[in-house]
Amino acid sequence: MTRIVVLGVGNTLLSDEGIGVRAIEQLQQDYDLPPEVVVIDGGTTGMEMLDDLSNADHIIIVDAVRSGKAPAAIVKLVDEQVPVFFKTKLSPHQIGLSDVLATLEFIGEQPGGVTVIGVEPVSLETSMSLSPQVEARLPEVVEMVVAELRQLGVAIGSSVPEAA
Amino acid sequence: MSKRITIDPITRIEGHLRIDCEVNNGKVSKAWASGQMWRGVEQILLGHDARDAWAITQRICGVCTTVHAITSVRAVENALQMEIPLNAQYIRNLIITAHAIHDHIVHFYHLSALDWVDVTSALKADPGKTAALASGLSSWSGNSKQEFTKVKERLAGFVGTGQLGIFTNGYWGHPAMKLPPEVNLLATTHYLQALEIQRYASKIVSILGSKSPHIQNMAVGGVSNPIALDSQSVLTVERLMAVKEWIDKLNDFIKNVYLVDVAAIGAFYADWTAIGAGVTDYLSVPDLPLDTKGTKFALPGGFLKGGDLAGIKPIKTFNDKYFRDGVQESVKHSWYKGGKGALHPFKGETVPNYTDFQDDGKYSWVKSPTFYGNPAQVGPLSRVLAMAAQGHAPTLKYLTGVLDTAGSLAKTKIPLAAVHSTIGRHAARAVSCAVQVDELANQWNLLVTNIGKGDTDTFNKPVFPKGEVSGVGFHEAPRGVLSHWVVIDDGKITNYQAVVPTTWNAAPRNEGDVPGPYEASLLNTPVADEERPLEVLRTVHSFDPCLACAVHVLDAEGQPVVQVKAL
Repeated sequence: MTRIVVLGVGNTLLSDEGIGVRAIEQLQQDYDLPPEVVVIDGGTTGMEMLDDLSNADHIIIVDAVRSGKAPAAIVKLVDEQVPVFFKTKLSPHQIGLSDVLATLEFIGEQPGGVTVIGVEPVSLETSMSLSPQVEARLPEVVEMVVAELRQLGVAIGSSVPEAA
Repeated sequence: MSKRITIDPITRIEGHLRIDCEVNNGKVSKAWASGQMWRGVEQILLGHDARDAWAITQRICGVCTTVHAITSVRAVENALQMEIPLNAQYIRNLIITAHAIHDHIVHFYHLSALDWVDVTSALKADPGKTAALASGLSSWSGNSKQEFTKVKERLAGFVGTGQLGIFTNGYWGHPAMKLPPEVNLLATTHYLQALEIQRYASKIVSILGSKSPHIQNMAVGGVSNPIALDSQSVLTVERLMAVKEWIDKLNDFIKNVYLVDVAAIGAFYADWTAIGAGVTDYLSVPDLPLDTKGTKFALPGGFLKGGDLAGIKPIKTFNDKYFRDGVQESVKHSWYKGGKGALHPFKGETVPNYTDFQDDGKYSWVKSPTFYGNPAQVGPLSRVLAMAAQGHAPTLKYLTGVLDTAGSLAKTKIPLAAVHSTIGRHAARAVSCAVQVDELANQWNLLVTNIGKGDTDTFNKPVFPKGEVSGVGFHEAPRGVLSHWVVIDDGKITNYQAVVPTTWNAAPRNEGDVPGPYEASLLNTPVADEERPLEVLRTVHSFDPCLACAVHVLDAEGQPVVQVKAL
């Protein structure tokens, strides 16, 4: 069976750093997703995700991204544009997402494709809320994830209407 | 002439550890450890319902999610003087041990082994000789000539593409790399096997915690796992049997691979038993409670002055006054408003006051904790020594085993005192891991037996009194003593302080200007090449630093992530 992982990463205690996690929360609230889509709140973890990410047909990562673009800008990076595979080792004492992806590559369990949907952070202050600018882009980020899923052949209905 | 080295890993994980060293005649003469990010989570918690704190605190750190969740509920339970159902204690204990095992295996093989193991040298190894060497050390089924050949070929293919991936940035060919090619191939093979094995530890956390990487089952008063052995989607016999199977796999790897590797690698780096001791006052706390009140524990803890086992001062219960009264934090050299001297965590303040990096002034976001006025080292070495001092039989067995194996390979007798060192911290971590996997099996038995008696309780409802209560929760986390200190008024949090293991170890100078454990341990460390200060990294990594408790911004510009500046 096809397995597509939607992975939200980031720290929800640092404002816009948590956009990835907020986006997947919103996604799960708004849409009924079919079983081949696995949604993971990765937070800031590393190797714990190895099993969930191994041999995925596609991984969609939602994260805060420093792209040098305007604050709150949304960027989409696909496969080889995703720098994680090319980066030097991130840190001598921390395994992050890119190390996990590099590890999957090394053990031959890499995903069939990777899409990053990223948002340039406005604020990284200690807070559990997104900045108003990034908050305003949240529906768009969720729509982009849904569009990406549809493009991958996933049948998704329209969003679940909010309870009155 | 003295030279200054600054190691400041600039990663997408913002906020990190920076180490500055002054090197004189090839040795470190002065060192500073600096946390580069403000962890202001304490401020976020103010005003929140005390029952929700655990879910927020488990976001503090990406590596140690579960430990903050557990410590937080313990702090609130302590404030309410609650009893916790036995099943909840056992389930928490299973999560604690499985998490610790995961952390130790990943730390040794995937984070720090490459400080000692030269992966590129493994390409020169003879797989047959590697198998012969390995068979003399252990009966592990993954030590075959075929396996070593396979790994060598895969490695060669990887290196051939010019992409080292996970192995990029290693200090390959550094003069301080001492292992023969066969040992490098052995360790590289186990690096890959450890990737498989660590999944079982994650799965245990995931099943018992209802979700991974952030567990969902914690609650002030117990756990939210319903126990119904004949029902789906809860803790069933089937799930418990799966957990048992994974425990067995972990046990096999830890006893036949990890313990052996640490001894074998240690034997080739025997000179590192004389480097990196630093602060030899060791603090640990007891953990894995076996009763509802937190007065009986499977693993003992305590304080050891100057590494003196005979002088152990045990810490005995969750209400231990000796621990509660002994902890203070100074901000004299930290970027916070101070001037009140070192403060007890219940009175702790976290008001930022950034200057810049001042060698003799403020230079870190990390506070400086002390135990009765002095810095203390925390972590696996501290707990192994405290357990050994209290006659904990499994600890003594594995500790002696590692020292004997290393000694027979190095053809010399290695005394217990050798553990006060950089390599000793790695040995202690392996010993601790072996103790933990025994306890994982033991706690599983306790849980299954207790459920078998018909007890399915997992939760006692917390009741918050009017007015103020305060409590401390502590936990012997993988990196050492973690304590959360909470003050609650009418059920709402009015003060919250987390004194984390890396705060103890990465502490800057304290109120009396005494250096913290990292800083002290770096003194006299030899540095062969200031441009590639591998030796400094070895000592700092031996503590399993975890300062990256935070930010996670993907850098699309592909900036270099580790900058080593020799000034």
